[in-house]
Amino acid sequence: MSTWLVIRSAQVPVSFRLNRRVPSLLMILGILILAMMIASIGYGEYPIPPLDVVKTLLGLETSNADYAFIVNTLRFPRVLVALLVGMALAIAGTITQGILRNPLAAPGIIGINAGAALAAVTLIIVFPNVPISLLPLAAFAGGFTIFTLIYLSAWNGGSSPIRLVLIGIGFSLMTAAITNILTTFGNINSVSQALVWLAGSVYGRSWDEVNALLPWLFVFVPIVLIMARDLNVLNLGDEIARGVGTALEWRRGILLVSSVALAGASVATAGTIGFVGFIAPHIARRLVGPSHEGLLLTSALTGGLLVITADLIGRSLFAPIELPCGLITSAIGAPYFLYLMIQQRKY
Amino acid sequence: MQVHPMKTDISESYALTTRKLALAYDQVTIIEELDLAIPTGKITALVGPNGCGKSTLLKGLGRLIKPRNGVVYLDGNAIAHQSTKAIARQLGLLPQSPVAPEGLTVKELVAQGRYPYQTWLQQWSKTDELAVDQALTTTEMTELSDRPLDTLSGGQRQRAWIAMTLAQETDILLLDEPTTFLDLAHQIEVLDLLYDLNQSEQRTIVMVLHDLNQACRYADNLIALQDGCVYAQGLPNEVMTETMVRDVFGINSRIINDPVSGTPMCIPIGRKTI
Repeated sequence: MSTWLVIRSAQVPVSFRLNRRVPSLLMILGILILAMMIASIGYGEYPIPPLDVVKTLLGLETSNADYAFIVNTLRFPRVLVALLVGMALAIAGTITQGILRNPLAAPGIIGINAGAALAAVTLIIVFPNVPISLLPLAAFAGGFTIFTLIYLSAWNGGSSPIRLVLIGIGFSLMTAAITNILTTFGNINSVSQALVWLAGSVYGRSWDEVNALLPWLFVFVPIVLIMARDLNVLNLGDEIARGVGTALEWRRGILLVSSVALAGASVATAGTIGFVGFIAPHIARRLVGPSHEGLLLTSALTGGLLVITADLIGRSLFAPIELPCGLITSAIGAPYFLYLMIQQRKY
Repeated sequence: MQVHPMKTDISESYALTTRKLALAYDQVTIIEELDLAIPTGKITALVGPNGCGKSTLLKGLGRLIKPRNGVVYLDGNAIAHQSTKAIARQLGLLPQSPVAPEGLTVKELVAQGRYPYQTWLQQWSKTDELAVDQALTTTEMTELSDRPLDTLSGGQRQRAWIAMTLAQETDILLLDEPTTFLDLAHQIEVLDLLYDLNQSEQRTIVMVLHDLNQACRYADNLIALQDGCVYAQGLPNEVMTETMVRDVFGINSRIINDPVSGTPMCIPIGRKTI
């Protein structure tokens, strides 16, 4: 009968609606993520059976005393970083695609990630003594600067979507070039540290990174979820959004800042993991449609699952050599991007 | 807040009025010192050549453009002094050829019209649901409500967008060329729908129309714009003259009576007359 699931209270003025498929899909994605996390934690030079992984995570006794150290200190934070980074990138992408009304406008494609990377690399190479918790802040500033530049030079009240993407790619390349110059001429120790990080990998990430990333998600994810309805009307264009009574500039501003913050924080944590913010919202839109109430969470979990899976593939494909997970996501994302570009030629 | 000297008088019969209204894009002034009154409960059609400022005026009336100067009054109160959400509960508007995201269903689109009534805790009240169902019924879109917009015909799509503005439950509707890109049958279908809304619910409708004959047939009040100024306003019978068509559109014509409705009908005279 209806495609909506309505939650409504007769006593208090509270009501919500969602695409009927959302709860079961979120559950399926959650189960897949858990399974993939357990597989990923168990996999490695020192394999751990799934049951022991679960036991260790729950703090139960296992047959091997080493498991606790391997799981809790080495592998679990890494997988957690993969999950959080994937979620943050996916939400950031859902926002920019929604507001700019352009399926190609993901933070990685229009240069936000590159800007964030440049700022973070500058911090690592030029100011090597700065603590790691400041990296997200620098990345945010870098991403925001690039976004402002793109906005001023390309967007201009809703010009053609392709124009925005092309200018974004231009900025992205210029920023990457400056990053290259920095890594070529910088101090060798800080450069090697920067390079490991730039590759877009969750290799060797510890609880420090988890703790630096979490606050950003705790602040910005709820803000974005509350503003799902605003994203819906912004997705219909400026005039409709204003017509139904949105305080347009404010809402758009808050959402874009949230997007840059989430993208920046994840770039600061794991480097530039390409195309997650681009593909995850696409997959999610296919699953639950374009209404953001359900789309944001579905997209977030899809992004998390993507990065965890990409990391596992990257570790196992040519083991013992590790491929950075950013390489895997790009290998999937780049052809899909081309496909969409070709499809969009009508613009 | 400055009170309009003729406030009581105006609020009785005019839904929207402007006083010395000036509208501009960046440096280009489109409309200067415009005084205009839109009668309540009537259908008003804005006509004029391309670039005369019809769409700009409509956007100005619907607070999509901030006036460079002057004031727009909504039911006698300056529009700039009211919250945009409060205005959205009194005035709905439909821009020219809006685009919906891929895969959006009719019902989801129409539900967006409830935005001005919702808060982040109250996102889908019983009232919202009833208003959306009513809008779907009025536009005869109920059966198509679960279809994505991109799978519909142009006429159906336009009805869906109109349904969205109806879900807003406003007394005033502003529409920018609601019939563009529609074939003849769908043009009449949309205009008939707007006419019914006006007749049955006394909604005030202001629309930009390109077809003069349709404007004369459906409008109670015709406004001919020329270079951002009102050339003439009034009943179609009074406004639609050969002189007006020559001055405003720059073309000679004959005005005859529409054999179906009796309203004026413009027959343009080009070089090819035989």
